Amino acid sequence: MISLRDLSKTFETGEGTLEVLKDINLDIRKGEIFGIIGLSGAGKSTLVRCINFLEKPTSGEVIFDGMYMSELSSRELLKVRQSMGMVFQSFNLLQQRTALKNVCYPMEIASVPKEEARKRAVELLELVGLGDKLNAYPSQLSGGQKQRVAIARALATKPKVLLCDEITSALDPNTTRSILELLQSINRTLGVTILIITHEMEVIEQICHRVAVINGGRIVETGEVREVFLRPRSETAKQLILPKGHEINHMTGKRCLRIIFDGNSAFEPIISNMTLECRAVVNILYANTKSIEGKAYGEMLLQLPEDEISVNRILAYLDDKGIYYKEEERNV
Amino acid sequence: MFDRGMLELLGKGIFETLYMTIASTALAYVFGLPLGVLLCVTDNNGVYPIPAVNKLLGFIINFLRSVPFLILLVFILPLTRAIVGTTIGSTATIVPLVVAASPFVARMVESSLKEVDSGVIEAAQSMGSSTFQIIYKVLIPEAKPSLIIGAAIAITTILGHSAMAGFVGGGGLGTIAVNYGYYRYQRDVMAVTVILLVIIVQIFQEIGMRIARHSDKRIR
Repeated sequence: MISLRDLSKTFETGEGTLEVLKDINLDIRKGEIFGIIGLSGAGKSTLVRCINFLEKPTSGEVIFDGMYMSELSSRELLKVRQSMGMVFQSFNLLQQRTALKNVCYPMEIASVPKEEARKRAVELLELVGLGDKLNAYPSQLSGGQKQRVAIARALATKPKVLLCDEITSALDPNTTRSILELLQSINRTLGVTILIITHEMEVIEQICHRVAVINGGRIVETGEVREVFLRPRSETAKQLILPKGHEINHMTGKRCLRIIFDGNSAFEPIISNMTLECRAVVNILYANTKSIEGKAYGEMLLQLPEDEISVNRILAYLDDKGIYYKEEERNV
Repeated sequence: MFDRGMLELLGKGIFETLYMTIASTALAYVFGLPLGVLLCVTDNNGVYPIPAVNKLLGFIINFLRSVPFLILLVFILPLTRAIVGTTIGSTATIVPLVVAASPFVARMVESSLKEVDSGVIEAAQSMGSSTFQIIYKVLIPEAKPSLIIGAAIAITTILGHSAMAGFVGGGGLGTIAVNYGYYRYQRDVMAVTVILLVIIVQIFQEIGMRIARHSDKRIR
């Protein structure tokens, strides 16, 4: 659906050239929800703007639905943008227009007949759960409601892809969840390909199928969300996924074990059984379980007992149960 | 002293002042609004940056704005005569008023349009809006309350200038104030014209603010 080939973007600033994106290669498949995660300043927002050419890439290609974006005339580009919806962190609704008129806006641009546009706008607002707010102005809506209007607006011209730039960053956790659920159902029912830019792991976890990790303007890791979560390879991914925080620092044991649950065993009382069977106590330093694509995954950091025999028993037990683990130095 | 004749004179003065002010403001917007849009759009951070045009336009506008109104008025007398046929009276005063006010209006419009959230403009661009569509569907409607407040400021400024034109026979309340207050030392007449001017300014300002407040959907 969208392919990026050796995409680079530099900005000329007063102090010289700023390389924001370097040799980005990505393929976003039709119908998937693809996440791009990175810390702030990684170039995420520039990347998404390069896709619809709000920012013109310095070199490289953006291929959207078989079209080379750089070869389009400015007129054709405007037309193509109508098949790419975009949603923003700060909603960016027209303040002087009602919700209904906001959703009508892209259809005015696409010269959809007025009556038809109105009808579709009403349907879309009902789809996003705002059927009773048609004539409300943005200032009368909450953050979550504004984002729903923005999503409805982005869907108005029946786009093939929805570009989402940090769309939940200004929202509280509950609203974030409901907005993500909305995106997921849009993806399922309308088959729209969704690209999500975020710095929040939860967003990726909750709805993305595949993820790319970006750091310093480069893609450092790409893969299925599950893979990246279970075995993050890049430093950035580890930083984002494994919160090896201060809570581990002040513990006193010597050897630690990171146990990773892979969806089958998360609800088995593994640790409990292990301590009973091995007759050894462990200290749980950190535990985190998540639901990814409806399956449970988790990881747990255990502080091992001091005597070698108990440790070996524990390792044997885990091997026996086929649980993925690795021993870690407790230096963070 | 405020006999029938004087009252009629004042009535005529009010009418002429309103005529000059409103006509000049309208014409100043005919020129100033597109100029302001052009200033905003061609800016480096604008929707359609053309730095050369922006700089040139900015220079001309600054030049016109830095000439004091009375000097401008005298300076363009030939132009006034060419357009209106005379240099005296309220219709003739409209010419220098428009010349002086258009650049002012352009700057007011520019600053109003620049208040529009760049995110909203970006959103409009992401939906495939052309530059022209962004101007008349996003910039102007979104800046409407601010544009109306700007218009109220412009109209009161123009009113002040129109009174100044009284010194060179521009007509309206300004001429009455100069003729009676300055040349004949009738301070009471001058005081009345000043009060009338103040009232007119207040009315324009208040109406402008009310319309602006009413049209703004951000505060409810």
